[in-house]
Amino acid sequence: MPPTPKGEFGSSTYFREYSKYFKIKNSPLGDRGMEHYTMNLTLKVWRQKNAQSKGRFETYEVKDISSEMSFLEMFDVLNERLIHEGKEPIAFDHDCREGICGTCSMYINGRPHGPWHATTTCQLHMRAFRDGDTIIVEPWRAKAFPVIKDLIVDRGAFDRIIQAGGFISVNTGSAVDGNAIPIEKENADKAFAAAACIGCGACVAACKNSSALLFVAAKVAHLSLLPQGDPERKTRVLAMIEQMDKEGFGSCSFTQACEAVCPKEISITNISRLKREYMFAGLAADK
Amino acid sequence: MLDSKIPEGPLNEKWTNYKGHCKLVNPANKRRMEIIVVGTGLAGASAAASLGELGYNVKAFCFQDSPRRAHSIAAQGGINAAKNYQNDGDSVYRLFYDTIKGGDYRSREGNVHRLAEVSVNIIDQCVAQGVPFAREYSGLLSNRSFGGTQVQRTFYAAGQTGQQLLIGAYQALERQAALGNVKMYSRHEMLDIVNIDGKCRGIIVRNLVSGKLERYSGHAVVLCTGGYGNVFYLSTNAMGCNVTAIWKAHKQGAYFGNPCFTQIHPTCIPVTGDHQSKLTLMSESLRNDGRIWVPQKQGDTRKANEIPEEERDYYLERRYPAFGNLVPRDVASRAAKERCDAGYGVGTSKQAVYLDYADAISRYGKIECGKLQIENPTAEEIRHHGIEVVKEKYGNLFDMYEKITGENPYQVPMRIYPAVHYTMGGLWVDYELMSNVKGLYVLGEANFSDHGANRLGASALMQGLADGYFVIPYTIGNYLADEIRNAIVSTTHEAFNESEKKVSDRINQLMNIKGSQSVESFHKRLGKIMWEKCGMARNAQGLQEAITEIKGLKEEFWRDVRIPGEINELNPELDKAQRVADFIELGELICIDALNRNESAGGHFREEYQTPDGEALRQDDQYMYVAAWEYKSDHEWELHKEELKYEEVKPSQRSYK
Repeated sequence: MPPTPKGEFGSSTYFREYSKYFKIKNSPLGDRGMEHYTMNLTLKVWRQKNAQSKGRFETYEVKDISSEMSFLEMFDVLNERLIHEGKEPIAFDHDCREGICGTCSMYINGRPHGPWHATTTCQLHMRAFRDGDTIIVEPWRAKAFPVIKDLIVDRGAFDRIIQAGGFISVNTGSAVDGNAIPIEKENADKAFAAAACIGCGACVAACKNSSALLFVAAKVAHLSLLPQGDPERKTRVLAMIEQMDKEGFGSCSFTQACEAVCPKEISITNISRLKREYMFAGLAADK
Repeated sequence: MLDSKIPEGPLNEKWTNYKGHCKLVNPANKRRMEIIVVGTGLAGASAAASLGELGYNVKAFCFQDSPRRAHSIAAQGGINAAKNYQNDGDSVYRLFYDTIKGGDYRSREGNVHRLAEVSVNIIDQCVAQGVPFAREYSGLLSNRSFGGTQVQRTFYAAGQTGQQLLIGAYQALERQAALGNVKMYSRHEMLDIVNIDGKCRGIIVRNLVSGKLERYSGHAVVLCTGGYGNVFYLSTNAMGCNVTAIWKAHKQGAYFGNPCFTQIHPTCIPVTGDHQSKLTLMSESLRNDGRIWVPQKQGDTRKANEIPEEERDYYLERRYPAFGNLVPRDVASRAAKERCDAGYGVGTSKQAVYLDYADAISRYGKIECGKLQIENPTAEEIRHHGIEVVKEKYGNLFDMYEKITGENPYQVPMRIYPAVHYTMGGLWVDYELMSNVKGLYVLGEANFSDHGANRLGASALMQGLADGYFVIPYTIGNYLADEIRNAIVSTTHEAFNESEKKVSDRINQLMNIKGSQSVESFHKRLGKIMWEKCGMARNAQGLQEAITEIKGLKEEFWRDVRIPGEINELNPELDKAQRVADFIELGELICIDALNRNESAGGHFREEYQTPDGEALRQDDQYMYVAAWEYKSDHEWELHKEELKYEEVKPSQRSYK
């Protein structure tokens, strides 16, 4: 029997231990380096006809998968086969396939986006797996992300959180010269690191409370670190948190699972910043 | 001859004059006007946000699950603007000139000059929105170089500039959505436009979740639906990128401009096998510091690091000493193909060249050691500090390369090969960005207007945002001012009934074929024909063959495609089938256009027309025009021409030597 992973479920320690238990490598090179190989795999995939119906796991055997394929290309191969067999292919969200649009969203072997560190599902390659592996694939699971079909969920809640205040109110045409306000490089870099969030929702999927706090914090940090974002600083954080609660996301209990699985390595220091902003905004509110 | 409606007057006063004289719509009337925007990339999101800010009622549509996912998000390198912050001789005129020359003298002077003029406002607007551009320690904006220029005018945010700009525009869009000025429809795909009395009055869309058709009516329709590079199957475009919206408009009367002007990007990760679903770009910014080479010996099987310096051929630096590794994309792509075809390619497929960072690592390492006052640094120390610098500049690109190929690009040179990336062609538009169908506007990559036969790097983001933030808010008013007396057309109008029935019939027809071959397999076959016969090099015979093969493919598709599932549900295979059906028709038109253009210009390289040293040879006396194709019937198009007049620039053979 493998040892039970240490640490609280969902924490980064837990994931590290869990990864060891499944012998999952964080390096894109896997443990086989450049060597190309083919493998046969067993997939257990969540199938659900639509939001109303009940879902279930289906098992599929896939053969001759090349280690050079991406994870989604392996799904392409399976779907082509299902179409030829007259069955319905598995519905999943994907678009850019280069790790930036944030569309892909598979929960692979108990981890959002699968075993590799800082990697989206579309950038996960089959080198991460070995011949004979069983891979379990589920959709994001969170009350605020209802399943639409199979592995596709509705992440409209994220758009509505941005609508609540995730912007700087500047109409086209009213801007001053780009170099009129110098911004300390350190703050500009921090703002960029937070703004790199792709809105995929892995943080919510990993969180035992289904909290969206890392997503909200990244946006609050991005905009409050810049002088342009300063005028709306207080109203922004209050409104975004209010919307997050309204959408049915849970509260943050700081297990740090979100950071461990974030494909863009958004730091939880953003959550600390958000809490500071939130407290300050609440204390300083005139209303 | 088509009228581009370029305003009178000297080149640098045209846009100012236009803005001073175009008609306006007063605020009370704006509140009564409805505008439909399709697509939410840089052009669409910026247009929808800006029009919403002006007080128009905007409905915005995208097929993705959120407007933030549009493919502009994947643009890596940067955005050009004639700010001249570097004091290195840049100006609006120079950006204009570089773009005209880079486009191989096949774009309009008036449009390009306007683009260069508003480029400076784009940077200001984006900074005000909170776009975190790269900065120097002074706190001021940083710049780098891109292909086809000798100044540093590219603004960037690491290798994620498109993402940051799109999020800026997306946030502006969501702000208008919260204010009620924009109504957003995600997971909706446009399947037709509705024209009434010669004016575009609405669209038919399919709700991709329920599968139901829906009707929307407006005073004007703005298409910002991107390029059609996926006609080649493998490209750097996202999986969902498609031609459907502009193709439907084309079949309803909008002319298609220069469809054969497609861009092949020189630095992409090579194909590894049949399973390949898309290709990944390595940003052009990598050519700032990386050096491109192949072995001097044909069929050299040694590893890159085992080939000594004197046995390497830095062919771009050899052939084009003035611009070196920073020649424009079309030139760099052809040069790579030439070397590989001649047997100098590297890697297992031999269809690749090296992009090497060893020199840059050593150069930056020495500078850093100097800064740190390390006396007589060891090679190891230099390397260490050099890698740190390269990591900061290009870290995310190097990581991506490693994930995809399993090779560490800090240790071994990257292998790259050209891939389809961008389409300069698109729906024909006039100076106001209106197509020949009244009330139908086309913005961004979806139109044909600004890049001629070849787009320069970091200019796509510039054009998308210029069109959306700074052009359409003026030009659309000039049309809507005459529409204020016209109430919105009801969606129960006969034209909407007919249009919806047509869309519905086509979907039913597709679903009822119940053939044996998957949509994907047809798309792959189309891509193969296009890449082999209408790709980096084209000739009359190949193009004629391609046209015949595509006709056959179309017939086979409509006889034997298999689409699983139902109509009234989320059905990605049905979505894809409709897109591929349109790609097949477009493929034929691209080949017809390429066959018609008996010259080489920019990305369109006809083997019959080249200089003795293999450079593109234009035929200015015969082809100094925009080819605007009118759809007549199946397999039949009529050519209309818009003559290109050069008043400011003298067209010459492009030289980067």
